[in-house]
Amino acid sequence: MSKILIGRYIAGDSLVYRMDPRGKLLATIAFILLIFLANNPITYLIVTFFSLLAVLATGLKPKIFWDGVKPMIWLIMFTSLLQLFFTVGGQVYWQWGIFVVSSYGITNAIFIFIRFTVIILISTVMTVTTMPLEIADAIEWLLLPLKLFRVPVDKIALVMSIALRFVPTLFDETLKIMNAQRSRGADFNNGGLVTRAKAITPLLVPLFISSLETAIDLSTAMESRGYRGDQGRTKFRILKWSKFDLINLVYFILLTALLIIFRTH
Amino acid sequence: MSIKFEKVGYTYSPDSPLEKLGLQDVSFELQDGSFTAIVGHTGSGKSTLMQHFNALLKPTVGQIEIADTLITPETTNKQLKNLRRHVSLVFQFPEAQLFENTVLDDIAFGPKNFGYSEEKAKESAQFWLTRVGLPSEIGERSPFELSGGQMRRVAIAGVMAYEPDILCLDEPAAGLDPRARQQMMNLFVDYQKEGHTVILVTHNMDDVVNYADDVLVMENGRLIKHDSPAEVFQNPEWLRQHYLEEPKASLFASQLHNFSFTKQPLTKSDLIKELEQNIKG
Repeated sequence: MSKILIGRYIAGDSLVYRMDPRGKLLATIAFILLIFLANNPITYLIVTFFSLLAVLATGLKPKIFWDGVKPMIWLIMFTSLLQLFFTVGGQVYWQWGIFVVSSYGITNAIFIFIRFTVIILISTVMTVTTMPLEIADAIEWLLLPLKLFRVPVDKIALVMSIALRFVPTLFDETLKIMNAQRSRGADFNNGGLVTRAKAITPLLVPLFISSLETAIDLSTAMESRGYRGDQGRTKFRILKWSKFDLINLVYFILLTALLIIFRTH
Repeated sequence: MSIKFEKVGYTYSPDSPLEKLGLQDVSFELQDGSFTAIVGHTGSGKSTLMQHFNALLKPTVGQIEIADTLITPETTNKQLKNLRRHVSLVFQFPEAQLFENTVLDDIAFGPKNFGYSEEKAKESAQFWLTRVGLPSEIGERSPFELSGGQMRRVAIAGVMAYEPDILCLDEPAAGLDPRARQQMMNLFVDYQKEGHTVILVTHNMDDVVNYADDVLVMENGRLIKHDSPAEVFQNPEWLRQHYLEEPKASLFASQLHNFSFTKQPLTKSDLIKELEQNIKG
């Protein structure tokens, strides 16, 4: 089976990899919220510094993170430019019709730019260092309180992990069927919209059939091993609090404290 | 129509964290009308090699000459349709490729893609349906009503129906009962005898000695031996080192200590001849 990236996980073994996925997920959410505490140059500098430190702690090549930012760079630039030209206030340096470049505009543009980039960087740190299945486990744990309201959390979790587990299988199957039909002269890449839509039938029909078969096989296999899915089910991957999560926690307490101290009240 | 690989290398997802070597420095030449077996244990690069025959994968280095087409790393997909008409691949468990409403339509899919007229395609489909050993009544039924073995035959008919000059098969008989397996292999041998080239990827060494006249042994993406079956299976020690099985006949012979063999028997008929000679003295 070929190895495919689901999400963007890249295997590695550094500090960030050893942290508990629940901690990482909460930390990522917390970081994104904490960014909004920053409101002056010092606090933005602190946020930037902390996120770059997190990037460094992954021990991965910077290119991976640049690849994360790249697809969004135009949106970030556009938003920053809007801020730059339309914010009024402070000293005005340049004016042409409705376009104004003011000192407020410049700082706002820089802040917005930092805010966006940092959010992307920090979520990249999360997705690159955490396996999709671990993220699913973390989400399951976060949803646990909903059990009180009779939400079938374990079933939702099972659906999530099965879906994730079968993405590569489905991908392999698609590739295999595409290759088989290409060998029979099918052409998936040429022709107009109608021709292409028609060309996809020889791919979709076998794919549907094989997914249904896989689903039936899987449920038979689970039932024959006595899967019931409800109470008392133990976990294969046990999530544990470790010293690395302590680092994570201290890191965030420090960040929050610094932001609260240095922000303009 | 000969097949010539020159220093072919293939790397999966180059320049990414998942970079993986598929093939390395593979060079060989196959004769027209030969029956070649490709062997090697799982992950040795057999399937990667096979997908180069009709350019589903294009080499990242080196070049391939096949069916009057030159494939280099720069070849574009547009130039490949003609190649695929001449070189065809049957993947493992090909029954997964069936999709049409009726068996005949499915078999005719390939021929129609390669420019057969509606009528000629139907005719060819009808012919190959019986040739793979299925009753012609089946033709109007849905392929999904058939048994696994019948679906396999329909899928193989679908590839043979446009009569490719070079037919590559990846474990075509996997999971079939012994009789169906025999019929399947006979079909391919007959096809070869009609003047086509057959390439068979297999784990079954008995199929290799029974049908092939040429063997490619792959290991870790490299071609480690290219020779006749008699030469390849000559040295049991070498086979063991490279995780290859011995054919049943030679295994059987090696257990008979009181017998002497003029040459190592590879097939059942070889073995019987040798035993007869021993008994007659």
